[in-house]
Amino acid sequence: MDMINRKETEAANGEWAIEARGLVKNFGDNRAVDGVDLNVRAGTIYGVLGPNGAGKTTTIRMLATLLKADEGSTRIFGYDVVKDPHIVRQLIGVTGQYASVDESLSATENLVIFSRLLGLGRAEARSKAAELLEEFGLTEAAKRPLKNFSGGMRRRLDLAASLIAQPPLIFLDEPTTGLDPRTRNQMWDTIRRLVKTGSTVLLTTQYLQEADELADRIAVIDHGRVVAEGTVNELKASVGTSSLHLSIQNPRDIQDARQTVEQVLKVQSSISSEAGKITAPMADADRVTDLLIALRQKGIQLDELSVQKPTLDEVFLTITGQGIKKVDATLSDESDKVEEGRV
Amino acid sequence: MSSTSFKQVAGRQLRKKTSFKQSVNNSLTMAYRGVLKIRRTPEQLFDVTLQPIIFTLMFTYIFGGAISGNVQNYLPVIIPGILVQTVITTSIVTGVQLREDMDKGVFDRFKSLPIARIAPLAGALLADTIRYTIATVLTFAMGYIMGYRPEGGLGHVVLAALLVIVCAWAISWIFAFFGVIARTASSVQGISMIVLFPLTFLSNAFVPAETLPNWLQWFVKINPISHLVTAVRDLANSGTVGWDLTASLIGAAVIVAIFAPITVRAYMRRT
Repeated sequence: MDMINRKETEAANGEWAIEARGLVKNFGDNRAVDGVDLNVRAGTIYGVLGPNGAGKTTTIRMLATLLKADEGSTRIFGYDVVKDPHIVRQLIGVTGQYASVDESLSATENLVIFSRLLGLGRAEARSKAAELLEEFGLTEAAKRPLKNFSGGMRRRLDLAASLIAQPPLIFLDEPTTGLDPRTRNQMWDTIRRLVKTGSTVLLTTQYLQEADELADRIAVIDHGRVVAEGTVNELKASVGTSSLHLSIQNPRDIQDARQTVEQVLKVQSSISSEAGKITAPMADADRVTDLLIALRQKGIQLDELSVQKPTLDEVFLTITGQGIKKVDATLSDESDKVEEGRV
Repeated sequence: MSSTSFKQVAGRQLRKKTSFKQSVNNSLTMAYRGVLKIRRTPEQLFDVTLQPIIFTLMFTYIFGGAISGNVQNYLPVIIPGILVQTVITTSIVTGVQLREDMDKGVFDRFKSLPIARIAPLAGALLADTIRYTIATVLTFAMGYIMGYRPEGGLGHVVLAALLVIVCAWAISWIFAFFGVIARTASSVQGISMIVLFPLTFLSNAFVPAETLPNWLQWFVKINPISHLVTAVRDLANSGTVGWDLTASLIGAAVIVAIFAPITVRAYMRRT
């Protein structure tokens, strides 16, 4: 049933959990967020992908009424975060990058206090806390002070605290950073379960894999700007499933080699000049055979050849290198501009 | 328009502002949090338990003979003085702890919750009245052990204690303000001591104002701490209520009226 509802949400077209326009935030001279637009459809998981310091946390803080934007506007389910912050706060749950729970108190006490603040009665708050602890597998540790909690337990408690009011929109700021693979997978399951109950989730992450696993749509953010936005598949298509690294023996051949690569593989490549390396997305492994033949025919000699699975670096290389706003199949349209930019 | 989330949003009773009742409830919950924290870390009560005991003993035996001829005669003078000094010094801790608290992630959550904006502050300040109560009870108990028998009777002593606690709560808003605007907890401590040290010592808390040079008497007489000390002495020692009590209460009200709003505003602006 939940899946059906999600489909309907997709079909409803025009019901947005988040609509952010031109968000800007300066910290002194540092422009942390530089004109971010985000549209998140209700009932979906939206991933904001970016390296450290890209402006992910600042963006979330502005969306969640924790920080005032210098410019731009945000609407959460149609409510403006500046005009109606109190209404917006009734619709969101925020889980910060650093556990936003009380270190000196026990897990139960934390949840009871947050429940009470949200207007639950004393008995209600107790049962809600017990219920959430059970759900997140923390019952055994319920009475222990948080100082003795592991990172994973703390994150789970943090998430549990965000779910007390069952908010329709949940912000998760790097929910799995610093977790071991097993706890990370548990966290992912929890997040998926959340969306099945109808919540919308916006999560930030540094890991392509995480966005891949969870998100319906992804915005790639770098230096405070959205450099790419699309579904996971659209994004992947632009990167190629893997990338090809070529080292050329004679540095003078490098431009020639690059042209050959681009003609044969029909993709954009990039050069790291100091190492004399060409990097290109490899969508179709079969074409590499053609490429190698073509290089031999032109008398270009290779030093080294390797294939790498896509990493976040590659996403950035591809996307920021092209400087395009939308990732789609029409990559060749942009190629002229790119050439100019690189010369 | 038939999605689950939309129904979730539409089905909620959304309030544009917090009601007064909610503000009170939120503040009380935050105070409960403060009490829990004190219970979890009882070592933070060291200052309010040891200071009244040590200071009362020390000052009484050091100054007693010099100022009042003997310790017995000095007790009615010093106990109210040391009470006011101790409790008000204790209120500095409110600002320091608030600063430490605000640096923690949990304050982000408080800010993201649909609760009264004043609640985290009011709650913290409210919980600290426990500290003032402990300091007050211990000071009077020390005095009693040393032979202090307030002539105003138990009822008036309780009133005097309440007066001191209320005034300390009001003054703690000043330190809460420092706590919110300062960068580090230790700087809060520093600023607060600089303000408080002259205020408590340049008063009639330890010595009669008449023994001081004229120019100093002028300050001591307008010092609000002196009014508070006098009001406590009147209540505890003779069971009388005078202008000093009114002045103390007015002063407390003025402090809250000024510092509560600017503290909340500074707290909201700070992120």
